[in-house]
Amino acid sequence: MAMKTEPFVVNIGPQHPSTHGVFRMRLTLDGERIIDADMVIGYLHRSMEKLAEERSYTQNIPFTDRTDYVAAMTGNLAYVLAVEKLCGIEPPERAQWLRVIMSELQRFASHLMAVGVFANDCGTWQTPVMHMFREREKILDLFEMACGARLTTNYMRIGGVSRDVPPEFMPAAHKVIEELPKRMDEYENLLLENEIIIARSRGIGVLTPEVAIDCSLSGPMLRGSGVAWDIRKADPYCVYDKLEFDICVGTDGDAYDRFLVRLAEMRQSIHIVEQCLEMMPEGPVHSQITTATAQPGGAPSAPLAIRVPAGEAYGRIESPRGELGYYIVSDGGPAPYRFHIRSPSYINLTPLRDLAIGTTVADAIVILGSIDIIVGEIDR
Amino acid sequence: MTAVLSGFDLAHRLQPKLPDAVVDATPEWVEVKPNRLLEVCTFLRDDPELDFRFLSSLTGVDWLDHFEVVYHLLSISRNQATTLKTRCDDHDNPEAPSVVAVWRGAHLQEREAFDLLGIRFQGHPDLRRIFLWEGFPGHPLRKDWLNFPGGQMAGLERYPGEPGGKLEGRG
Repeated sequence: MAMKTEPFVVNIGPQHPSTHGVFRMRLTLDGERIIDADMVIGYLHRSMEKLAEERSYTQNIPFTDRTDYVAAMTGNLAYVLAVEKLCGIEPPERAQWLRVIMSELQRFASHLMAVGVFANDCGTWQTPVMHMFREREKILDLFEMACGARLTTNYMRIGGVSRDVPPEFMPAAHKVIEELPKRMDEYENLLLENEIIIARSRGIGVLTPEVAIDCSLSGPMLRGSGVAWDIRKADPYCVYDKLEFDICVGTDGDAYDRFLVRLAEMRQSIHIVEQCLEMMPEGPVHSQITTATAQPGGAPSAPLAIRVPAGEAYGRIESPRGELGYYIVSDGGPAPYRFHIRSPSYINLTPLRDLAIGTTVADAIVILGSIDIIVGEIDR
Repeated sequence: MTAVLSGFDLAHRLQPKLPDAVVDATPEWVEVKPNRLLEVCTFLRDDPELDFRFLSSLTGVDWLDHFEVVYHLLSISRNQATTLKTRCDDHDNPEAPSVVAVWRGAHLQEREAFDLLGIRFQGHPDLRRIFLWEGFPGHPLRKDWLNFPGGQMAGLERYPGEPGGKLEGRG
């Protein structure tokens, strides 16, 4: 006798440990299989794009910390690069190197979180993520030394960085950087051949390169599918053209490859910071901005307000999650006329429905973990 | 470095294939007619010399009397970028063709522009609000959303000594 069945709806989230924030997946199930998936987002929507239209260009920098709160430095950098592009400001040499050091430390810290939490989602419960938070803590200590904050750094300024690093920063950074490769060895020993991670993530959430490009995926999502595209190489900003590093790509495009790409990128980030600490010159960290409407006197420092010519600019950088772009439209007034954030976390969710359909709930959790979303950046 | 294909170059490329599609071109962008947008986008994606397969960003701008939809395109194989725009003339009920059929990456971005700016993308497979709940009053990124009584709008003063009082010509 045929059994009468009907689809069953499961809500995962908005408050659930595996959704990495207030994110809700609405899964329709037929038995164990997912037949439809929808995401419900907006719980963290603060309408930053509207708020930014009522604040001066400098006042908007703290917002960029709070979009991707796990990688505040790269958020700062993308925004100030877009405004500098619009104004034609060239920051001094030392500021460029400091920006790269901070971005790469941030990428390392952010990938630690991504990889650790992904391991959690797979079922290697808590041990890897606790080890990784130990290293993340040391990087956050370096940030605290440089700018006084650990999470919402607000460090970059239009035309430079807010202040030079204190004298004790360099020895501390050297010490951290010497230690990190040993820790990386530990992680790789622990995770690369980990039975649980391989069983749960190999062959799950496969994206071909064509689909990845069509869906506008970026960052480790795109590279995991084997597309060697990294804005740091393709369109070098700051001083990335003077640095030696490799683009890490996957081969199969599954959740496991995205995890591998992140692990490999962490090694590259260490390598980049090592080079920066060797090569960084002395000098000012802020350029004198002729269009600044309020800039404290004495040595060049961060302007309190800045006059931006009418026009528009789209600045893009490689954030830990992918292409982070800021589209700024100015009408010559003190605040941006339009302030749009192209957030990689949000756009990387485009194929989520297709990836989830046909899998089980347990696999959907792994797929979502491999996308590495930050809800603050999705909702903005 | 990513080469930036200027609006003039792009208009020049479009001219033989799709004459009369281009409305305006500047060094930074090219504006096309909304009713020819899909043809232009398909051409930009499929032409081997342009190869704009990657839609970086899609967003809208409220210019008080009309809306503009801005597309930032990228070619990964040729490492070049360009900017495309189209115009929605009806400010009360802006409409533009959906490009989801050309780039799937437009799916969520068009839903976002619909939610926050109220631009209706014709042909979008699933055009619903995304950040705000169904029934939310209005579209908050519009410049005229929730104005103060008496026509006053929120925002910053212009610079002192410059023509235009608070918010003349801006939102």
